[in-house]
Amino acid sequence: MVLDCQHVWDQISNYLEGEVPAELRDSIDEHLAHCRHCAAVLDSTRNILLLIADDRTFELPLGYSARLHARLQQEIALGDAF
Amino acid sequence: MDVAIEARSSESVAGPSPTRDAGLIARILAGERELFHELVRPYEKGVYRATFSILQNAEDAEDAAQEAMLKALRNLRHFRSESRFSTWLISIAVNEARARLRHARVLKFDSIDEPPEEEENRFTPALIRDWREVPLQALERSELREMLRKAIASLPEIYREVLVMRDIEELSIAETAAALSVREGVVKTRLLRARLMMQKILAPQLATRRSSGLFALFGSKAGGSWF
Repeated sequence: MVLDCQHVWDQISNYLEGEVPAELRDSIDEHLAHCRHCAAVLDSTRNILLLIADDRTFELPLGYSARLHARLQQEIALGDAF
Repeated sequence: MDVAIEARSSESVAGPSPTRDAGLIARILAGERELFHELVRPYEKGVYRATFSILQNAEDAEDAAQEAMLKALRNLRHFRSESRFSTWLISIAVNEARARLRHARVLKFDSIDEPPEEEENRFTPALIRDWREVPLQALERSELREMLRKAIASLPEIYREVLVMRDIEELSIAETAAALSVREGVVKTRLLRARLMMQKILAPQLATRRSSGLFALFGSKAGGSWF
């Protein structure tokens, strides 16, 4: 199966999920081997997803954990939460 | 094989086991209520990330995260162990944040009848010729973190939600669909668009920043495998 670039972009998300059927995956791999643009789109998308998933991307406000557990403690102390 | 997730899992420390959570939940429900602190401690950052990603405001996100945790405590007896506790908790947090967003819109007299339209047209990513990996170590730089957060914030809500649940909180497609009350096919479609939107926003910026020296520190390792 010969794919054009748009077909590859349409499948990029499924490809990253590992949810592309074997035959289609082979066709995508073949396209990627010859298409510099699509290979860069795939690599950049994958890299960006790894960056946003990293713990450091979102910082907690100072004191968040202490305030949260203090509030939880009030509720726990009520004794009738369940 | 799941390329993105395989790489990610090698980076992150595995979360608490379902057995650990189930044991704590049983003891809490039996009366050891103080153990709720211990149960949720590993998930408190994830809960905040989820609410912040949707609300885009630290104060509102913290309020929503606290409320989600309280709801989890009050409803713990309804938790069914067929799902992971973390998934259940994140779903509560996402729905709490969504409800607050809707409420804020009502106060502003905005329409809440329809979510943003799903665009039918095909989406074109940023066409770049080469990509040199931005290493995870570059996240030490606040400029990069800010750039990533702004890109997430700029996505329309329906796309931001799936990106947060699947790619940041690492819920499965099925779990994301269940939490948002949509079909799995809808999650996949939105996820494709969300991911390509992120690529379109960030790839040109990151490529420019890298060449201008922001990531010069890592230049000598460019091209290698970082993950």
